Amino acid sequence: MIRSITQKKSDEEIDHLLEGLDRIFIIGCGTCATLTHTGGLAEVEAMGENLSGKGKLVTGEMVLPVACDNMAADILREWSEKMNQADALLIMSCAFGVQSIAQQTSKMVVPALDTLFIGKQTGAGQFDEICTQCGTCILGETGGICPVTSCHKGLVNGPCGGTNNGKCEIDNNKDCAWTLIYNRLKDLGRLDSMRKLQAPRNHQREPSPGKYILPF
Amino acid sequence: MVSNFKKALESGKFVVTCEIAPPKGTNLEKMRHHIELLKDKVDATNITDHQSSVMRFPSLGGALLVKECGGEPILQMTCRDRNRLALQADLLFAYSRGINNVLCLTGDSVIFGDHKEAKGVFDLDSSQLIMAIRKMEKGKDLGGNDLDGELEFCAGAIVTPEANPLEPQLIKFEKKIDAGAEFIQTQAVYDLDNFKKFMDYAREFPVKILAGIILLTSAPMARFMNKNVAGVNVPQNLIDEMASAPKGKAIEKGIEIAGRMIRRIRQERMCDGVHIMAIGREELVPDIMSAAGLL
Ligand code: SF4
Ligand code: SF4
Repeated sequence: MIRSITQKKSDEEIDHLLEGLDRIFIIGCGTCATLTHTGGLAEVEAMGENLSGKGKLVTGEMVLPVACDNMAADILREWSEKMNQADALLIMSCAFGVQSIAQQTSKMVVPALDTLFIGKQTGAGQFDEICTQCGTCILGETGGICPVTSCHKGLVNGPCGGTNNGKCEIDNNKDCAWTLIYNRLKDLGRLDSMRKLQAPRNHQREPSPGKYILPF
Repeated sequence: MVSNFKKALESGKFVVTCEIAPPKGTNLEKMRHHIELLKDKVDATNITDHQSSVMRFPSLGGALLVKECGGEPILQMTCRDRNRLALQADLLFAYSRGINNVLCLTGDSVIFGDHKEAKGVFDLDSSQLIMAIRKMEKGKDLGGNDLDGELEFCAGAIVTPEANPLEPQLIKFEKKIDAGAEFIQTQAVYDLDNFKKFMDYAREFPVKILAGIILLTSAPMARFMNKNVAGVNVPQNLIDEMASAPKGKAIEKGIEIAGRMIRRIRQERMCDGVHIMAIGREELVPDIMSAAGLL
């Protein structure tokens, strides 16, 4: 399942963002941010205590089941009294949740988390970024492993000179995508597709910001 | 017009290139000094492009300086800092000023450099940059539009013969040649028996190969490279030899080793020449060449 991977902003940054905002309503998310322990019930409660300790008035705290879902509007309405008492909503979800909530209320919203990437759980407590929605998918020629995303430089014609025993030059914890692709294509007997010179990529297949309207 | 470097490559002689790094700032004195010292001793001089992702005076400016001093520059171009518009524009400018040798590189990650929060571009990769050059020579840019005025480059690339795993690196090497690379300067090699094996494979391709020689300056420096530079492997016997040098004489030992390696590469006709990298010690290149019997 697609997961939004978040990390808590530093206390200093949160303090700075909340300067002059004394009454705070805290919102967590029961989906990705709960899984990554960044915006579940426990983290929301800890944030509440922390802010109270710093002299803020916490008017309420709650965890939305899915902060990025438009259905969250109904739940937010039930909490409107406590939300309205607050100067700002401190949101402990990914930036999709922050923006969804911003669209559904007229309150000032402040993110407590940084959204690192959209990834997938690949092991216990491990998440990897495997697709960055480039619009011109080349997985069919790379054995189902994405070099646009999994190679640090997004190279589509094979490895750079930095491959280090199968790891990426930037981090020993990250596999070199091109070692993985090579091994996979070799197993499949499809190394020829790695030998094909790929033309420069089209970075404007869907000029950002992406928008799609269903043709009815 | 065919570049002088290309003529040297095609002459069958043992070709020697070296590299000079532009300064951090506008003081070109040291660089000019290195150019003056080396320009008549080597066949061409690479000018590095923000090596290790450290922001410096541009390689294009350095290559121009080589030209002004009467030398033969090889313009290094990485794909890290410029998109396809900027790369092509710089190629047009380079050619217009008589710079007609280019070494195409992907480029190190920005996180190794001194602007660690910068955006890495990588709009093209090294093989696509070579493709771009070949296309421009036919009068079209990468967008398929006509170019006014001719251009012609001697284009090259790099390979890491000691990469691990090696096979994906070799596929990339072949793609660079398919794209139109005429010469290859290798990452540093130290184990010449290994390099010979690489050459047994590489010799089959229509490309000139210059073996990369990095001057060892101390035993700790050799160990540091083994640990930190991907694809560089200094064998233990060379590290021991460096460590055996009397105090203060390590550099002399490094020059002796580099000279010995170049001599052997040349005597055994392993490849078409060498690319000498005396990182930060460019003034020692003539000593290395003397030790190799090239001066
Ligand atoms: S090539 Fe990679 S980034 Fe692009 S759509 Fe396919 S998986 Fe996603
Ligand atoms: S080491 Fe591998 S994954 Fe890392 S940038 Fe180079 S090719 Fe890409």
